[in-house]
Amino acid sequence: MKDIQITEHSIDIASCINRVMAPDVGGIDVFIGTVRNETRGKKVLWLEFEVYEDMAIKEMNSIAEVIMIQWPVHSIVIHHRIGKLQVGEVPVVIAVSAAHRDAAFDACRYAIDALKQTVPIWKKEFFEDGAVWVAAHP
Amino acid sequence: MRRDYTAKGVILSRRFFFMSIRILAFGIAREICNSSTIDVVFDENITVEVLKALLVAQYPALKQLTSFMIAVNGEYAQASAVISANDEVAIIPPVSGG
Repeated sequence: MKDIQITEHSIDIASCINRVMAPDVGGIDVFIGTVRNETRGKKVLWLEFEVYEDMAIKEMNSIAEVIMIQWPVHSIVIHHRIGKLQVGEVPVVIAVSAAHRDAAFDACRYAIDALKQTVPIWKKEFFEDGAVWVAAHP
Repeated sequence: MRRDYTAKGVILSRRFFFMSIRILAFGIAREICNSSTIDVVFDENITVEVLKALLVAQYPALKQLTSFMIAVNGEYAQASAVISANDEVAIIPPVSGG
């Protein structure tokens, strides 16, 4: 089972975990991304996330499909929030369940790494003296 | 960048063939282009590579980015891919989700 979502509302972490729970599951790995209060020593006030939604959903689905082929996982949930997020809020939750923990750990790690590389979502950091699109410039 | 046409038939088809594409721009590309959509008119089919060169000529700040990709119909496109009239084309600056 895979459950891919992009939402403007806060992500319910407990329900992400419940979605991947099953009697034949022996472990669940969860990655929770959170908004950090600083970048390279500069105080972050808030973040804004923008998305190309149709393509992002496609890319997130293809990440989940690659995982299903590559590891013996039971279920995978990838939820990403967009819009304005304050420090401490949660932009992304990934939950992966499997019969055995190795697959769950490896697949969860792969999912967040792949998401950061390919999914068309953009993060803008707002500081006291301006704002920067993350990773835009070398 | 433009091929040298000599055959008459091709010249005729160029004269009567116009293609308008609406290009979506996201994140920093949207700010550089000052709009979330750009309309571009071509008089021949073009590749992703040619489109990127045209965009950089029009919006030089795109060249300052770490990189930028073109997506066609919601998928990353190769430089050699040819863009057709009804394709959904988007400028994808470096992504930073998560």
